[in-house]
Amino acid sequence: MRFGCGLSPVIAPIASVEAMLAGIAAPDAMAQRFPIEPFSTFRERMVASDELRTTLRANRGKPEAKEAQKERNLLKKQARIDMTHWLGMSMLRRTYTETGFFERLVYFWGDHFTATGKAGVVKRATSPYIEDGIRPFVGGRFADLLISAVTHPVMLQFLDQDRSMGPGSERAQKRGKTAGLNENLAREVMELHTLGVDGPYTQDDVRQLAELFTGLSFQPKQGAKFRKDYVEPGAETVLGVTYDDAYSIKPVHAVLEDLSVHPATARHLSWKLAVHFVSDTPDPALIDHVTARYIETEGDLMQVYAALLEHPAAWSQEGANIKPPVEFVGSAMRALAVDPAVVTEMPEKRVRNVLLTPMAVMGQTWQKFSGPDGWPEEDDAWLTPQGLSGRVRWAMAGPEMLRPDLPDPRAFVDTALGSFAPEDVKFAAGAAESKSEAIGLVLMSPAFQRR
Amino acid sequence: MTDLTRRFFLTRSAVLGCSLAASPLLTPVTFAAAPWDTRLIVIILRGAMDGLDAVQPYGDASYAGLRSSLAGGPQNGAMDLDGFFALHPAMAALAPMWKAGELGFAHAVSTPYRDKRSHFDGQDVLEAGTDTLQGGVRDGWLNRMLQEVPGVEADTAYAIGMSEMPILKGKAPVANWTPEATLSLSPQAERLLGMISESDPAMHAALAEAALLSAADAPTMSGNMARDMQEIRKGGQHLKIAEFAAKRLREDARVASFSLNGWDTHRFQERGLKAALGELSDTLVHLKQELTGPVWGKTAVVAMTEFGRTARENGTGGTDHGTGGLMVMAGGAIKGGKVYGDWPGLRESDLYEGRDLMPTRDVRAHAAWIMQAMTGLDKATLERVIFPGLDMGSNPGIVL
Repeated sequence: MRFGCGLSPVIAPIASVEAMLAGIAAPDAMAQRFPIEPFSTFRERMVASDELRTTLRANRGKPEAKEAQKERNLLKKQARIDMTHWLGMSMLRRTYTETGFFERLVYFWGDHFTATGKAGVVKRATSPYIEDGIRPFVGGRFADLLISAVTHPVMLQFLDQDRSMGPGSERAQKRGKTAGLNENLAREVMELHTLGVDGPYTQDDVRQLAELFTGLSFQPKQGAKFRKDYVEPGAETVLGVTYDDAYSIKPVHAVLEDLSVHPATARHLSWKLAVHFVSDTPDPALIDHVTARYIETEGDLMQVYAALLEHPAAWSQEGANIKPPVEFVGSAMRALAVDPAVVTEMPEKRVRNVLLTPMAVMGQTWQKFSGPDGWPEEDDAWLTPQGLSGRVRWAMAGPEMLRPDLPDPRAFVDTALGSFAPEDVKFAAGAAESKSEAIGLVLMSPAFQRR
Repeated sequence: MTDLTRRFFLTRSAVLGCSLAASPLLTPVTFAAAPWDTRLIVIILRGAMDGLDAVQPYGDASYAGLRSSLAGGPQNGAMDLDGFFALHPAMAALAPMWKAGELGFAHAVSTPYRDKRSHFDGQDVLEAGTDTLQGGVRDGWLNRMLQEVPGVEADTAYAIGMSEMPILKGKAPVANWTPEATLSLSPQAERLLGMISESDPAMHAALAEAALLSAADAPTMSGNMARDMQEIRKGGQHLKIAEFAAKRLREDARVASFSLNGWDTHRFQERGLKAALGELSDTLVHLKQELTGPVWGKTAVVAMTEFGRTARENGTGGTDHGTGGLMVMAGGAIKGGKVYGDWPGLRESDLYEGRDLMPTRDVRAHAAWIMQAMTGLDKATLERVIFPGLDMGSNPGIVL
């Protein structure tokens, strides 16, 4: 259960490591069954919103402007509603997947490359970004995943790259003083996405990479767009390698390829995978083993996952990690085999009452991040009195709202915990005063909260 | 007392080394009075506040050239403070506090953290209170302060909010809570929860603390999950936190810490900083309002951030990660109406690495002098234990 989405009464647990890995390459059944709009479609909303803004500006003070404003607000509202619908879809994927490791990896990489839009409809684009920017790439080369995420419109906006221009660029020369460079994406690519904060880079490397990244931009109408007029002239040198002075995306791809296979990246990512899946303090031998495979295969992620799963240390330290709220709620829904129709037909407010706000109280507000480093991996961050009281409250009341015909709690112990069910939990399930409390107690047991 | 709270009490008593009978927690609604009477509130501003925009050095000849779309000073609506600095208009509500001498600033301060300008490492250094992250220090400096003063009880210090406060992590007992939380269970469910979580000490302790804090607070939630969740969504989190902190500090709590976010203004800073400064300002006003009677007069509020931002505005109407920054101080115990610090200047050659405000004083020195005045801790303890390796330097005289 350490590498999956939890036990289910209707889906058999995955049988082998080979099957777990095969599940990553298999056709994406969950995306078919519980669809989430990809960003390529989502951006039509941005186009529509931009067009309405143009109408609005051209008709200030006239009724047309008022009408356009109204329509624009409706677009925003619809995106907000759809965001909660996609939360439901994500949870249903966890509930019904037969390839749990794959869903976990999508969550892991989506968090590693945390991104969200900043204003207007694109604020709701995180699920669409993950759908086409992350999900299709989790079983390939890390280089491809990195390039996809870092050059994705949502990331470009999130880390302010889309308006960063070289001080010597054509555009900045025209605009004058107020135009220039923004280092945000360049810094986070090295600190968070690749080398890690202890990696061998300096402020100069950040600056050079920021200059190299100039030109990365997007247009809602066409998606990614390389703006030559933003490019800082001259070659840039990052970590001692000098990249071409080409006015194209080529040097951007080249530097990301190089960063993706850097030994510091290999170690940083191997460490992070081990922390996420195994324990806050993973066995150094496990990290070494995964790092070696990463370096050997130049970041072939399937090989990296295989190295993780084949190492005995990946299976020791039982229950060392606490599930973050999203995974706790997801695995509870899986154990309850929540009827998909209940979720897909929920109005926005109910999704918020049953899923989104309760998870926020547990400490994890869906797709609202405090920074580009995503959610904490450390157990301490989740094992707080306030966070746990949020879990208790949901465990006692949430299941009934998702499944009014709660299962028999004594049977539910086996469904949810299988062979891991401790005696005291079995006892508590039988001794509670009501069904909802009994189910809540099973969900609150350390055996369920941990993996 | 329920099973969970009794256990919590036992665990905490063991930690504190006091006997069962002497513990104030036997009746959870009345806690023991703390051994000292001053109140210290530390606010962590996560994301790196642009100190140069919050308190604008408009009297510096180089300032205007560095900020074009972010131009400040009284001619742009900021409130003149002392003829050299001006306060960002988003903090206009603090004018009375400034005039009353209850609001002050320390400019050009920083932690010893340099060069990589990572938010996360920067915050870790700020909260650990150390020179670097290499020393293996795992607790926060505010917790180490609690370890040094006698008579600290489970409710002397509060870490408030839905996310962690590493500044208060450590051996000394600290209550972790947020006004949105509540733990209301039937006695039977609470007993069973206590039993099944016993095998997991970390989880058990946190649940027990939740039970205790929940019992000690008037219930703010209805018990109906859907209704409670709607209530929580109404927003104004920072004001709820200020209110909760004040409520505790009016009673027996002496230390509280929480975060305010939203300072990472890489673009459209005009909009983003306005919102963040507005929240900070409202929080301070609210604290003053709620810390009624003589309490405000004994209170020092300190707001610190991981580092400042670039002196020069960037190409997207914002600022990037920098070094020297600003510390905000408020409260009746503060000798305000003054911007403390040695101003380093803003000429190209004055800047750190030609880009950031040069820090002229360790932000920890100010915090240490404030703590010294508030708790009577000696200089040696502050320089060796609480902020290992710090040279406090001369006393700036921030506390009345």
